[in-house]
Amino acid sequence: MTSIELGLDVGLFAYAPLIIFLPLLGLLINMVLGRRLGEWFVGTIASLAVASSFVIAVLQFLALNSHPEGAQVLVADWITIGDLDVAWSLKIDTLSVAMMLMVTGVSTLIHIYAAGYMHEDVRFQGDPGRYTRFFVYFNLFVAAMMVLVTADNYLMMFVGWEGVGLCSYLLIGFWYEKGEDGIGNAVAGKKAFVTNRIGDLGFMIAMFLVFWQFGSLNFDQVFTSAHTAGAAAGGVITAITIFLLVGAAGKSAQLPLHVWLPDAMAGPTPVSALIHAATMVTAGIFMIARNHVLFDLAPFSSNLVALVGGATALFAATIAVAQFDIKRVLAFSTISQLGFMIAAVGMGAYVAAMFHLVTHAFFKALLFLSSGSVIQGVEHGHHHVEHGKKTRGAPFDPQDMRNMGGLRSKMQITFMVYVIGALALAGIPPLAGFWSKDEILADASQANPTVFWLLVAAAFFTAFYMGRQILMVFFGKPRSEAADHAPESPPVMTLPLILLALLSMVGGILNLPGFHTLTDWLEYTLEHAHAAEFNLVVAGFSTGLALLAIVLAWLIYGRVAMKKGKPDPLRRILGPIFVGMHNKWWVDELYNFVIVRPYVALARFLAKYVDWRFWHDWFHDIVLARTFQRGAWWLSKAFDLKVIDGIGNGLGDLTKGAAARLRTLQTGYVRNYALSVFVGVILVIGYFLIR
Amino acid sequence: MNVPTHYVLALSALMFTLGVLGVLIRRNTIVIFMSVELMLNSANLAFITFARSFGEIQGQVFVFFVIAVAAAEVAVGLALIVAIFRSRRSIDIDQISKLRG
Repeated sequence: MTSIELGLDVGLFAYAPLIIFLPLLGLLINMVLGRRLGEWFVGTIASLAVASSFVIAVLQFLALNSHPEGAQVLVADWITIGDLDVAWSLKIDTLSVAMMLMVTGVSTLIHIYAAGYMHEDVRFQGDPGRYTRFFVYFNLFVAAMMVLVTADNYLMMFVGWEGVGLCSYLLIGFWYEKGEDGIGNAVAGKKAFVTNRIGDLGFMIAMFLVFWQFGSLNFDQVFTSAHTAGAAAGGVITAITIFLLVGAAGKSAQLPLHVWLPDAMAGPTPVSALIHAATMVTAGIFMIARNHVLFDLAPFSSNLVALVGGATALFAATIAVAQFDIKRVLAFSTISQLGFMIAAVGMGAYVAAMFHLVTHAFFKALLFLSSGSVIQGVEHGHHHVEHGKKTRGAPFDPQDMRNMGGLRSKMQITFMVYVIGALALAGIPPLAGFWSKDEILADASQANPTVFWLLVAAAFFTAFYMGRQILMVFFGKPRSEAADHAPESPPVMTLPLILLALLSMVGGILNLPGFHTLTDWLEYTLEHAHAAEFNLVVAGFSTGLALLAIVLAWLIYGRVAMKKGKPDPLRRILGPIFVGMHNKWWVDELYNFVIVRPYVALARFLAKYVDWRFWHDWFHDIVLARTFQRGAWWLSKAFDLKVIDGIGNGLGDLTKGAAARLRTLQTGYVRNYALSVFVGVILVIGYFLIR
Repeated sequence: MNVPTHYVLALSALMFTLGVLGVLIRRNTIVIFMSVELMLNSANLAFITFARSFGEIQGQVFVFFVIAVAAAEVAVGLALIVAIFRSRRSIDIDQISKLRG
């Protein structure tokens, strides 16, 4: 497993740590010099750092091609206490390199896009100085994500896990002083952080259980012992995998911990694209795939994973249908697609999950970035309109799809790539999403009928809400002056969009039926990776449903274009169901009622009665302060005045008395002194004589 | 002429005793000072005597040192006496008892 054997391409493994340290270097340069050297420099350095990481990832890919068994690259020893020996060692295998390529590749494109997007964003929000900070966080995120995917033990994975969580928090609250009541974005960041904490707790408990049962945190060692232990440790393995599922649910926004992801859209759009669509949220799927040995040994947990994924996929897809915020639709779509992947890993279709993870990263990043382009276009139009007026108009939401419409002719490139992304997401052949989603569906049709039908329904809704979104945003007539004046975005933004659109079109060749490139590639890491046979019935059925959904969307939203100020036409058809979907099935309100409000009330009670009245007013003020006062009083009266002062005064009196007696010796007469000297001499001489 | 050693030593002892008595008894500072000189010179006499008796040179050498030191001491002592006289118009040793405890 080590790279000691000679060979040039094996030597390439030694460069693996650079994939983490290059983004760190980039962020350090930007931190120190960024403010002085300006936006162009910052954007270039950040993008270059990530792009060179991508080059390193490609080198790892080349090395793996000839040595598919992978390598362990030791960076540093970390913790060695007793039996616990945790090293920071990079695990370079087909799974981690697949993630590396995807993350650094998509990150590079998003970094380039963000260099253009943030230029405008920091000016719209009125703080151009924050440009540098954005890219520092962005590079930090890439570094943390690389720590996560290259981890060879649970603890190091946890470090990356928390690192990406931190960056997510920082970037959701990037405009922390904006949003509802001036703290809306900060609250959204806090919500994401706290919800993720719950998942992290699950991850940690799983980690403790792993160490308790197997005495090691190293993946390879744990999996080997798990194989040997087999059924004997079945209960513990089930517990471990369930807690891992909790962790994955937190990070990948699965039921019931999905609530943070829609609010996370408070972050700038490149953040939504990179962190909350393409990379970080897929960490849960990656983690389960990494632990596939354990999940294979725990059929109960695997079923649970599949059900959670399927349920989330459908649940989030229904909500996405009734959202008006362009990014929120995509956010719920992301949750839904993550549900597809979680369902796939639950059914043991790890390759399908990874396949969908990669293609989803392409088209969801594309969709988010395009939505950013749309939002900025509308924002531009709004500023253009406001500029002509003397007074400031009513608050305007550039993300509300009801304010859009007819952008097809205004933003042609954005429109084209958006349609490509949407069709890929809806699963229309031959775009990338079709192949990956169908692989999952084909697996589900054999493995678990319940999940299969959940996913099919979700796929139907997916096609519908994407059709609705495209028709609302790009077709019909502009429903606001801002949309009427929206310009196309600059090339620095559209170029990454075009590249991502190309990837979304051809991403399917990664694992075409009959070739199974990705399956063969991942088989070295995921032993039981089986290629689901392409099922023409399933594929035809799902494609038909998707097309049906798009036609339905056209009938509702396209045939008669939505008018300004009119309610959503779907509302008339669905009635209260639409209200439920629009309000996200009141999950937030439910949590608010069941958890947040009792929690706040309890905290208030504890603060007011236990902390303030009991601890402060009674225990501190009465018990402690008064006891102290009394003790001090006694000490000052009895001890200090009598004992301490007695010793001092006694010593003084003694000295004074002795001095009064001794002073009589000092007569001041020279002759007395001379006499005493004389007597002294006599005595000394006498002593020597007599002796 | 060869005076026996013990005669000279007896004279030396007598001179020393006179010096001591002078220091202890007299009140005039100058006289006390002269008594001190008497004591020093009695010691010198004893040194010379022993030097001659033992036929050694060290005793005589030491006498030179004593004389030199005595001269220096006289200079300091007389200066002190002059200073005291200037301030108090008297050199009566019994009136100078400011260090009385």
